[in-house]
Amino acid sequence: MTNLLEVKDLTVVYKRAFKNFEAVNNVSFNVNRKDYLCVIGNNGSGKSSLMKAILGFVPISSGFVNFNIKKRDISYMPQTNGINSDFPADVREIVLSGTQKSRKRFFFYNKQDLKNAEKIFISLGLIDLKKRSFFQLSVGQQQRVLLARALINKPRIIFLDEPCSGLDESTCNQFYDILENLCKQEAASIVMISHDSSQIQRYATHVLYLNKKTLFYGSVNDWILKKQNVKCIH
Amino acid sequence: MADISFAAIALALNLQLPPTIVCIPVAILCSFLIIHLSQNGKMHGDISIGVFSTGALAVGAMISSMSKRFNTDIYSYMFGSVLAIDDVDIAITITLSLIILVLFLIFYNRFFLITSDETFAKISGINVMFYNFLISFMTALTVVTGMRVVGTLLISSLTIFPALIAKKISRNFKSLVFFSVIISSICFILGMIISFSLNTPTGASIVIANILILCLVLIFEKKI
Repeated sequence: MTNLLEVKDLTVVYKRAFKNFEAVNNVSFNVNRKDYLCVIGNNGSGKSSLMKAILGFVPISSGFVNFNIKKRDISYMPQTNGINSDFPADVREIVLSGTQKSRKRFFFYNKQDLKNAEKIFISLGLIDLKKRSFFQLSVGQQQRVLLARALINKPRIIFLDEPCSGLDESTCNQFYDILENLCKQEAASIVMISHDSSQIQRYATHVLYLNKKTLFYGSVNDWILKKQNVKCIH
Repeated sequence: MADISFAAIALALNLQLPPTIVCIPVAILCSFLIIHLSQNGKMHGDISIGVFSTGALAVGAMISSMSKRFNTDIYSYMFGSVLAIDDVDIAITITLSLIILVLFLIFYNRFFLITSDETFAKISGINVMFYNFLISFMTALTVVTGMRVVGTLLISSLTIFPALIAKKISRNFKSLVFFSVIISSICFILGMIISFSLNTPTGASIVIANILILCLVLIFEKKI
């Protein structure tokens, strides 16, 4: 099955005391195998609400979200400030905690988990850092650790919420390269909220441009053409 | 939790029931209620704790004021006294400690994931609500266990200080757990020695020992 995720007419309305607030209005899209979808839009355009609704943190008002894969094949990488800032944990502990979703009854890490962890340490260049405390690392290094945690279980689809906020450009490009390589190797799909328009042309296959409603959804080539046309008109 | 136990003890003493046995269900029930209220967003976590603790303290004070002859007994529960512990208390303490220890070992990795990053745990398909209940259940048991020794007023410091000190000196979660146990044992023994030699209340002495070590760690940390 190549279609991993189907989102149809998704609407998210936050119920407030005096007035309801519509964050996402009638958004539909699909994610297929090996797709790299960038969700873009201004602040408050409903990008985060859309992702939260898909992942089940925010109730859906109408429409539906349908995953054609198991729950443990879905992974997520938060912004770096997602982890409790003074929680004592080293890199190895954090990365290994990503394996827990596959386990139903047994709660200890087995040899396979440790092997997977070693592999991912090597491919993300974390081998020298694995005993370091997470909060002594630079933001770029923390980012790689969170990516390792998200990828250790070989997910088939991974959601990223502005993974590059707070990073300088070269670290950011490095991060995108690693992400792209790993996802090609494992044939995983990516859904990413992003502010960074330069990376869209380099890496993405599809673009979803939101302002509560869908302003554009299609392949990245169409997106580039559309942008050029707009420029010509101006 | 400690204040709730205080109310439960006051009630138990008034009804002439064994305090620890009344305390366990009451503390567990209230901890679930606190988690439930804060998880549903009806009340913020800190606020609900504030409401419950002051409320329970008030209820406890009301109940204990209604009966005159139990005042000395409730005093020993408020500030704790090791010498007042009887065989039943020891049996209960050992049982509860074993339950807590076993639960903690089994769910160690789950607890790590949930406390370090709750959002990721939720997406991983882990029942975060259940584990939060479990953690508060274990906290309730811990409070009831330590209550007899340190007293309801000081029990929260017994649970907070060792972890706080351990956090200052540990780099990962495993060493945090390890150091917490070591530090709380050392402070306990130190507190007992102070208590016996200076004839001071045990609970207060243990807390003072904790504070001394915390100060040492803070000074030492700055020098590095």
